[in-house]
Amino acid sequence: MRREKVDVLIVGGGAAGLAAAISATESGAKTVLLERDRSTGGVLNQCIHNGFGLHVFKEELTGPEFMERLWEELKEDVIRSNFTVLEIKPDTREVITLSEDGIIVFEPKALVMSTGARERPLNSLRIPGSRVAGIYTAGVAQKMVNIYNRLPGKKVLIVGSGDIGLIMARRLKIEGMDVVGVVEIMPEPGGLIRNVVQCLEDFNIPLWLSHTVIEIHGKERLSEVVIAKVDENRKPIAGTEKVIKVDTLVTSVGLIPQNELIENFVEMDPINRGPVVDDYMRTSVEWIFAAGNNVAIHDLVDFVYDEGKIAGMHAARYALGEKLPEVKYEFVRGKNVGVMLPQKFTGTQPFKMYIRPTKSLEKSVLKFSDKIIRKFNWRIRPSEMIDLVVKNFEGFDSKITVEVSNLD
Amino acid sequence: MKVFVIGAGISGSLVARELSKYDCEVHVLEKAPDIGWGVTKANSAIVHGGYDDPPQSVRAKFAAKGNRLYDELSKELDFDFERVGSLVVAFKEEDINYLKELKERGKKNGVDDLEILEKSELKKVEPNISDEAIAALYCKSAGITEPWEVAIAAIENAVENGAILHLEEEVLDIQTKNQKVSKVITNKGEYEADVVINAAGLFADEIAKMAGVGDFEIFPRKGEYILLDKKLKGLVNTVVFPTPTKKSKGILVVPTVDGGILLGPNAKDLPKSMKYDLGTTPEGLQEVYEKSKRLIPKVELSYTVKTFAGLRPETKEKDFIISATKVWGFVNVAGIRSPGLTAAPSFAKYVVEDILQDQLKINLSKKKDFNPYRKRITNIRDVSLKEWEELVKKDPKYGRTVCFCNNVSEAEIVEAIRRGARTLDGVKFRTRASFGRCQGGFCSLKIVEIISRELNIPMEEVKLNSKNSWIMDGKVRA
Ligand SMILES: Cc1cc2nc3c(=O)[nH]c(=O)nc-3n(C[C@H](O)[C@H](O)[C@H](O)COP(=O)(O)OP(=O)(O)OC[C@H]3O[C@@H](n4cnc5c(N)ncnc54)[C@H](O)[C@@H]3O)c2cc1C
Ligand SMILES: Cc1cc2nc3c(=O)[nH]c(=O)nc-3n(C[C@H](O)[C@H](O)[C@H](O)COP(=O)(O)OP(=O)(O)OC[C@H]3O[C@@H](n4cnc5c(N)ncnc54)[C@H](O)[C@@H]3O)c2cc1C
Repeated sequence: MRREKVDVLIVGGGAAGLAAAISATESGAKTVLLERDRSTGGVLNQCIHNGFGLHVFKEELTGPEFMERLWEELKEDVIRSNFTVLEIKPDTREVITLSEDGIIVFEPKALVMSTGARERPLNSLRIPGSRVAGIYTAGVAQKMVNIYNRLPGKKVLIVGSGDIGLIMARRLKIEGMDVVGVVEIMPEPGGLIRNVVQCLEDFNIPLWLSHTVIEIHGKERLSEVVIAKVDENRKPIAGTEKVIKVDTLVTSVGLIPQNELIENFVEMDPINRGPVVDDYMRTSVEWIFAAGNNVAIHDLVDFVYDEGKIAGMHAARYALGEKLPEVKYEFVRGKNVGVMLPQKFTGTQPFKMYIRPTKSLEKSVLKFSDKIIRKFNWRIRPSEMIDLVVKNFEGFDSKITVEVSNLD
Repeated sequence: MKVFVIGAGISGSLVARELSKYDCEVHVLEKAPDIGWGVTKANSAIVHGGYDDPPQSVRAKFAAKGNRLYDELSKELDFDFERVGSLVVAFKEEDINYLKELKERGKKNGVDDLEILEKSELKKVEPNISDEAIAALYCKSAGITEPWEVAIAAIENAVENGAILHLEEEVLDIQTKNQKVSKVITNKGEYEADVVINAAGLFADEIAKMAGVGDFEIFPRKGEYILLDKKLKGLVNTVVFPTPTKKSKGILVVPTVDGGILLGPNAKDLPKSMKYDLGTTPEGLQEVYEKSKRLIPKVELSYTVKTFAGLRPETKEKDFIISATKVWGFVNVAGIRSPGLTAAPSFAKYVVEDILQDQLKINLSKKKDFNPYRKRITNIRDVSLKEWEELVKKDPKYGRTVCFCNNVSEAEIVEAIRRGARTLDGVKFRTRASFGRCQGGFCSLKIVEIISRELNIPMEEVKLNSKNSWIMDGKVRA
């Protein structure tokens, strides 16, 4: 077993990890980025549609193009692919990894967790029926088409109208599949409005809101599914069942942050399903930083990129011996606040904050402990993160209640 | 001597392995593309104590004995087996009387490690048990295992010792001559046969009819399950049963050998025509949830990994049919309902030693060079990091992770294919790749790619688990 000392070790080489590697190396830290897959990039690899990098590069790039930009920015050779992190030991600060070179134990001074998210499989939804071939998560279908050059079937129904579901509806239609429609259990689409327009409306693909799949049939390969309308409590309404003959079901029913490596010793946020972080992207364990979809699910790669840069830079500063300021303030979730980060901050620098409202509201305000911080004259919705720069913290108590309420 | 075993479930596999200890030609015919994909694939995976079977039943004759054989068997065949113990939980005073009855019954069946725990002792064994539980019957010798792995291991060992496995070969007819077995006819050909062992699970009644001895019928009784993530490891330490009803052992909360938690099964009788119906139902899943929550209030469905169903092969008598028939050489191992997994090591010996040798007076001589050992596919879960390092040095594929949730390397996938996996599920059941929390989201296509490469077939031809379970339709672009 080899041992290797580094300043900053980055676990996960998606957009967040690559950005962290860029800023950590720029800050002068000896950095290594470990990626368990064959190549870095994470989900960017499979997203050949455009819509990446509008904020960061002021251009609409495809996922792989965005990835290449990050590679270009990365001046030093820090990437090691096909490296799986098996365990992180908080007390000895050892990171045990497996690769073609055997077992390597890293001893980093600081660590950035950027392990991204995985898709929620349909199996976990407990939909009754047979377990047959032809049911894929959107990510699997996307990889099948974009990376393996194979079609998942002939006729498909999409479950879930998140961005990924919408994008796959369009992709499969373009590649010649019969896309019957998209069912969404909520009364509103789960993805960005621009994607509803560009992926469904432009291609005449129906969207069934307040609908869900209630049964799955087939002998060996999927042959049909039963969908039904649901009431306000998301319970299927009897009599509204409809049989849809398809050989393929593509599901986009949510992403789950991956934190198995740290969740037993780092303070976790049950709503975000990721570590609690401060404005330095530092977790409750001072030498561990985090950024990207493992902290919370983000809408845009640009947000992830920004976070990665912050995490990488501060991890480097910490690793090089600088003492980072202490946390002074804490955000507490009030009404209508779902995903939210950071949850804590030091009050030493302006920082970007992200909030997902739990409900859609026509006109609303964001309040910090009853003080109006921002007004929204447009409809806010859970599918679109609110991002704002927090600059001024004078006059606040150490606990700040965050709330999104109707403007009335 | 040519012996044909029909069915490579737990029953057929262990019978075949027993037979492979002797000098005779053993063939195993299995219609599925892999081993253990019938009833054996979907059950509670419990090696029961053997206390609750009616003392006069065939089940009682084999269950407790089978349980005791599991230590040696798991060592020889190198599969996971843990004696975690089981609890039958009482909620009402009258349930306690039933526990006493069970304990007595256990004694008659030869199970002598039973004790009744009071509430405080019960809480110590199972801290998450419902506060309403007042007592429990504790059986230390009950265990858990991975049923299909036992079947795979037994077949691999039988084949190592000379048995011949025929996959995707379905028995269509059996011919007899002068009330003796003569031929087995399959979708692939005809074989002269001296002995036929009918271990065809749900279809054993149809096989018996082919031989002209079909005086029993098998009805499917469905049991549905919910599997929860490993994150809940420790939710229960033992197999937790409610006090049983006449119809079934009830809905249980069971730890699985790889750290997950299994809830189920319910019990629903289906018509004979529904032996292929493995679908879960809304009512069934709801029942499983509610009843398991009554036992362990902390049961949390947000950690669901998947749901599935199994079919019990039931007969009117609710008992195993393990016997010779009026057709010489035709032996039934039928109606193997619960606790078939538990009892199989014992009745497999009985079939070979008592039925074939004593009753049918077949002279079988022991092989001198029988090798009882089989090694499992090496996984990082089972070896130290040092050993893993050595493996990587020999073959870098051990250093390439394919399944991230369960840490399965490319070398293991290749080994599974070398050992006979031809499908995605074949690899999955042999290595646990794509069995984890992401259910194949990251690795299923990589596995398809590896199967395609190793078997030298196009990716479109790789199947999920059966002939028509295609995964990919074809190329997007030439
Ligand atoms: C299908 C899809 C379409 C999208 N479309 C758009 C779009 O049009 N525009 C836009 O701006 N954004 C889009 N996004 C969002 C954006 O791309 C993602 O939020 C962002 O790329 C996530 O980056 P990440 O680094 O957090 O995670 P990931 O990309 O998931 O990267 C995580 C990396 O960590 C690695 N890893 C995980 N665990 C370990 C471990 N233990 N050891 C080593 N490595 C590990 C993984 O292999 C992976 O490479 C889309 C997202 C998806 C899924
Ligand atoms: C819900 C449920 C829970 C259970 N829980 C437990 C438990 O916890 N503990 C326990 O001890 N037992 C349990 N059991 C019982 C146990 O699973 C069974 O007793 C056991 O798996 C039966 O194995 P088998 O080999 O007899 O049948 P199978 O596994 O069904 O094997 C029969 C094989 O024969 C093949 N076959 C059928 N017809 C043909 C043909 N014409 N030609 C070729 N091949 C053919 C099939 O494909 C199949 O592979 C449970 C059962 C169920 C359903």
